[in-house]
Amino acid sequence: MLRYLTKRILLMIPTLLGVAVLTFFMLRVVPGDIVELKLRGDGGTVTQEVIDRERTRLGLDKPLVIQFADWMKGLATFDFGTSMWTGRPVAEEISIRIGLTLQVAVMAAIISVLIALPLGTISALFRDTWIDYVVRVVTIAGLAVPSFWLGMLMIMGLLTYFHWSPPVTYTPFLTDPLANMSQLIWPALAVGYRYSAVVARMVRSSIIEVMKEDYIRTARAKGVFERLVVGRHAMRNALLPAITVVGLEFAFLIGGLVVTEQVFNLNGIGRLFVEAVSRNDFIIVQTLVLLIAVMFTVVNLLVDLLYGVLDPRIRFA
Amino acid sequence: MKALTLLSAAAVLLALPAAAQTETPRRGGVLNWAIAAEPPTYDCHATGTFAVMQRVAPHYSTLMKFEPGNYPNIVGDLAESWTVSPDSLTYTFKLRPNVKFHDGSVLTSADLKATYDRIINPPDGVISNRQSSFVKVASVETPDPQTVVFKMKEVDASMMTNFASPWNCVYSAAKLKQDPNFPAKNVMGTGPFKFVEHVAGSHWRGERFEDYFRKGHPYLDGFRAVTMSSSAMTNALAGRQVDAEFRGFSPTERDRIVRALGKDAKVQESSWLLHMIVTFNTEKKPFDDPRVRRALSLAIDRWGGSASLSKISSLGVPGGLVRPGSEWSASPKEMEQWPGYGRDMAANRAEARRLLKEAGQENLTLTLMDRNIAPYVTAGIFVIDQWRQIGVKAEHQQVELASWYSLQNSGQFEAFIDSFTQFSDDPSNVLYKYASYDRSPVAVHRATDRELDALFDEQARTADKAKRIALVRRFEKRLFEQAYSVPLLWWQRIVVMNDRVQGWTMSPTHMIYQDLGDVWLAEK
Repeated sequence: MLRYLTKRILLMIPTLLGVAVLTFFMLRVVPGDIVELKLRGDGGTVTQEVIDRERTRLGLDKPLVIQFADWMKGLATFDFGTSMWTGRPVAEEISIRIGLTLQVAVMAAIISVLIALPLGTISALFRDTWIDYVVRVVTIAGLAVPSFWLGMLMIMGLLTYFHWSPPVTYTPFLTDPLANMSQLIWPALAVGYRYSAVVARMVRSSIIEVMKEDYIRTARAKGVFERLVVGRHAMRNALLPAITVVGLEFAFLIGGLVVTEQVFNLNGIGRLFVEAVSRNDFIIVQTLVLLIAVMFTVVNLLVDLLYGVLDPRIRFA
Repeated sequence: MKALTLLSAAAVLLALPAAAQTETPRRGGVLNWAIAAEPPTYDCHATGTFAVMQRVAPHYSTLMKFEPGNYPNIVGDLAESWTVSPDSLTYTFKLRPNVKFHDGSVLTSADLKATYDRIINPPDGVISNRQSSFVKVASVETPDPQTVVFKMKEVDASMMTNFASPWNCVYSAAKLKQDPNFPAKNVMGTGPFKFVEHVAGSHWRGERFEDYFRKGHPYLDGFRAVTMSSSAMTNALAGRQVDAEFRGFSPTERDRIVRALGKDAKVQESSWLLHMIVTFNTEKKPFDDPRVRRALSLAIDRWGGSASLSKISSLGVPGGLVRPGSEWSASPKEMEQWPGYGRDMAANRAEARRLLKEAGQENLTLTLMDRNIAPYVTAGIFVIDQWRQIGVKAEHQQVELASWYSLQNSGQFEAFIDSFTQFSDDPSNVLYKYASYDRSPVAVHRATDRELDALFDEQARTADKAKRIALVRRFEKRLFEQAYSVPLLWWQRIVVMNDRVQGWTMSPTHMIYQDLGDVWLAEK
């Protein structure tokens, strides 16, 4: 097990290095200059000389290879650099926002699992009946409707019927649970619905597959109650692909809530990402891409480890 | 007619309950307001973005300021009284006594000198965005702790306006001595509110400064500026999560908020010191030919465009280089004499086709670079359609803000939808955009025109207002003949807030009247 873990962690290094190289150099090809935006934006009248001095101060005049080496050196010591827009450490910019994003992702994951498991199972067990059709309509709608659009509908509904909209600033859960939930439950529901649709579809197809297996027929032949057949034999095996989807969707939510965060005015990682991209704040963008890549690889590893827990046939040693 | 109505009033108050106007200001409460964009710095001197100005204005004072409710009249802020020498070469200001910084130290003329020296001659590592406004200042002297004297190298007709600029936040000399870049990361002034916190991407908070020099002010206990996107702002205001937004909404957004807030909505509208421009790259063929540029300007129906675009966007009335309706602007009749402003579009377009034919550009195709947000996209689509009507085909290239600046400053464009804003209508402030490229970093048309430069310099040193206006007209005439950059339409500022917000002053610019010192919250 330890050997497997070490091997997987070591394999993450070239993956992340590849992501770092690609992100760093591709960002430099994108047209745009944060210094011009910062100093010439909204009627700024500074001279070219001032702009050149600022570029030098930010190290943007150095050869790309040197800039990359500087970034790598920083990463090795957990110094992610400073935002070229705000001048704040990147770690601080991320730490302000990561709590909110993680909370929404966790809440959305919980909502999705709570909805998807029963819906997917019922849909599979009552395949091609009106129950299945209803569940399929609900889940396909979840896949078709973008989360941000659902979020907009929610806000419009709240405004129209209750003359109220969710709070616009984040309150940590431990400070005021009610304020926290009244802000975050809506995006979690909007994102969780789509998330649950993806997972429910996967659960449904997995259970349909599993229910055709020999061991299910054997269990039934032995006279095992149908509830146990489904709960103990079918569900446990059908969950494996669903767990992969849950894990990957969770990792996606860390940087993928861009528009939903805009709609609900959430000060999260997705909004930071899109703002940094629009300003060409390379340092923030490349660090966030790397963070998301780390999330994906770690979640993948956790999913693989969970496979072993759920299915004893999978051995890591 | 609608345009004329808008022109005639600097600020049109559409809805202001009579009771609220006569109420006595109430102390207390925290004003929650929305603002888009994160500030790149806290230093007023280093930037031109409202994202900084609207956040830091409540914390600072300036030497002079525009009188609330009486724009563009200038009154003292830190200055108690002032004199200008008959030759306009010496400006002497007497400071108010007992003005305190938020750290308790007393303001003296040394703070004014340190502040203006920093703007005029920024030390290494300090960025001054206002240096060009003070190039004619020879020295800043402090004969005593309450007096500051500006000696000029030559006459500058814009000096009083420059002293009233909201961007000249007065900093503590002691703090600047410790670190010339102190204001870039710290907020400490003599304004009505003390800085409390800035949570990046979330909000900015200030609380009442009890020792503020205007006794009884501010009325509010504090304020909280919440960072949010434009779409979120509309919902937040409609849902009463915030009480105001001070930059401006589009007509559609205004209507949505008014529908949601009903009688609690207060809408204030004004012409805006912000205009949309079509800029040509005069270094690229065929835009180096004035006939081509003039033809493209002639093809645009500004009056017709205004009538339709003002219903769906923030774009308002046609105007010259200075804000229509301001004391410096041309009348609509004068405007109609300029190329591209005549109301007979058939004649304009016939002339445009003739010019293109003469220039050998009958089948002109070009790329129009544009930002990817409203109302820029609206303006771009409109212009392309106008050009189509004289046989010119244009591709609409929409880019992100950073690319938009980068492409225009590096000259990688043929034509683009440009914009320009300033804090006042003063001609030197606004004509600067249209001077020669080697004189003005914001003149992105990349042309050199010494005739325009000479007119710019002459108006800048002409104290007689009527003569100065005549020079502005000559500048505009020359520019419209050459058409390096041509105004398209001026924006219309629409501010929507909850009616409980009182004491805030509407103006044609979103850069002034933001110290919140007179703002109070009515009981609802």
